[in-house]
Amino acid sequence: MNRTIITVVGRDTVGIIARVCTYLAESNINILDISQTIVQGYFNMMMIVDTANSSKSFDSVQDQMSKIGEEMGVQVKCQREEIFDMMHRI
Amino acid sequence: MISISEVIETNKMVEQENLDVRTITMGISLLDCADSNLDTLCNNIRNKIIRLAKNLVPVGEEISRELGVPIVNKRISITPISMVTGNACKSTEDYIKVAKTLDETITELGVDILGGFSAVVSKGATAADIALIKALPDVLAQTNRICASVNVGSTKTGINMDVVRLMGDIIKETAKKTADRDSIGCTKLVVLCNAPDDNPFMAGAFHGVSEADAIINVGVSGPGVVKHVLSNVRGESFEVLCETIKRTAFKITRVGQLVAQEAAKRLNVPFGIIDLSLAPTPAIGDSVADILCEIGLEHPGAPGTTAALALLNDQVKKGGVMASSYVGGLSGAFIPVSEDQGMIDAVLAGALTLEKLEAMTCVCSVGLDMIAIPGNTPATTIAGIIADESAIGMINQKTTAVRIIPVEGKDVGEEAQYGGLFGYAPIMPVNRFDCSAFVNRKGRIPAPIHSFKN
Repeated sequence: MNRTIITVVGRDTVGIIARVCTYLAESNINILDISQTIVQGYFNMMMIVDTANSSKSFDSVQDQMSKIGEEMGVQVKCQREEIFDMMHRI
Repeated sequence: MISISEVIETNKMVEQENLDVRTITMGISLLDCADSNLDTLCNNIRNKIIRLAKNLVPVGEEISRELGVPIVNKRISITPISMVTGNACKSTEDYIKVAKTLDETITELGVDILGGFSAVVSKGATAADIALIKALPDVLAQTNRICASVNVGSTKTGINMDVVRLMGDIIKETAKKTADRDSIGCTKLVVLCNAPDDNPFMAGAFHGVSEADAIINVGVSGPGVVKHVLSNVRGESFEVLCETIKRTAFKITRVGQLVAQEAAKRLNVPFGIIDLSLAPTPAIGDSVADILCEIGLEHPGAPGTTAALALLNDQVKKGGVMASSYVGGLSGAFIPVSEDQGMIDAVLAGALTLEKLEAMTCVCSVGLDMIAIPGNTPATTIAGIIADESAIGMINQKTTAVRIIPVEGKDVGEEAQYGGLFGYAPIMPVNRFDCSAFVNRKGRIPAPIHSFKN
């Protein structure tokens, strides 16, 4: 298990989750959890994914996800789960 | 499992509140590089730094990308150089050659700053120490990324007043040699008392002799994050205020702990310490002064400032200590003037004076930091300021430091510009009364008694 957190922030539009999920499926990345919320009018989505069997390196997933985000006018970030675990769990 | 609100909170700290890891600093011992031949010495130093630190910058960038947290600087600290160069350096030119070797080596590696062009002379100075100190004005004028420090006293040894007096002259000379750049040389020179061996912050970083061959120390930052959470507890009791600071310091420090562990693992160098410091930058909102205002002061310098800073410093430590397995360095809140827009505003408003800053240094980490004073301030006055600050450190068993810039050709009402993390500084007035008969006495101030604490 190699968990990464993907966040998408921006204006809501049709097909955001579909685009992100398609890319993840193509890269053999398994989605463990998805949640979303609207904060101050902005669409916020978070996915917890397992990159253990990913066909791509962390860096290239990060770059390509951020490009997909740009195309849809949203910001997509990939971060390793450890930073959130360290900060919010004792 | 991590919740979306926790993810949003962390990312907001980075994107809106300037949370960053200020520095990954690799401490490197150069003791085994010593040689009586200058060229061999320089080669040894260069080879050792490249061998140990060649991946420092790429690894720092990789960790930063994977975690989504900026790591602002990658730095190196070295053994106080006077311990290594004693046999090889006979003149100022020789020291310049060593400094240039260091400057070129780290530039090649992409490392931002190197600290440790230093001498530890708290009780006495060797001929090598004195030669190094005398070379500092030229070294600092002719290099860009080399920081120097001189430890002039400690609680155990007292204060070496002969070196304090010398440092007054050296600071003046350094200011003159970099007069064309608002005396920028002095921003890279700090005079310390009770200097720690494992400090990752500049300009006072060096790799002490009590350390291993190489070590990773990390300095965290994040005054903007503390300021933001405090804006949610305005008017609440001290208990709520302190709890809020502690909880935030914990979260900030955890990020540093993670970065330090990862960096140590990937560089195959042991993890040393986390320095729990709130280090401001000139960026708006990234300010320790703003936290003091949020606690309830109109400007830093107002009555209550020392108490507010003491409280802040203590809560940062209390929250941070639990977040990291090893804490060290300077750990506290930094109060540099030029690097903190809130401090600059306080000086310009007439709220903050040199004397009040001195009082503030009694309760927070470090000391009189990045303070511009008139270029015509006498060397003996600067030595007097250093002696005062060292005495605070010596008596209170804490680290204190003086990084003061007598800006050549400028006076009160003008300002010195440095750019980058150093920012700009309004020139502050200095007490004009004379202390030369005091600082011109020879010898040292004896170590203080450790009983009868009143």
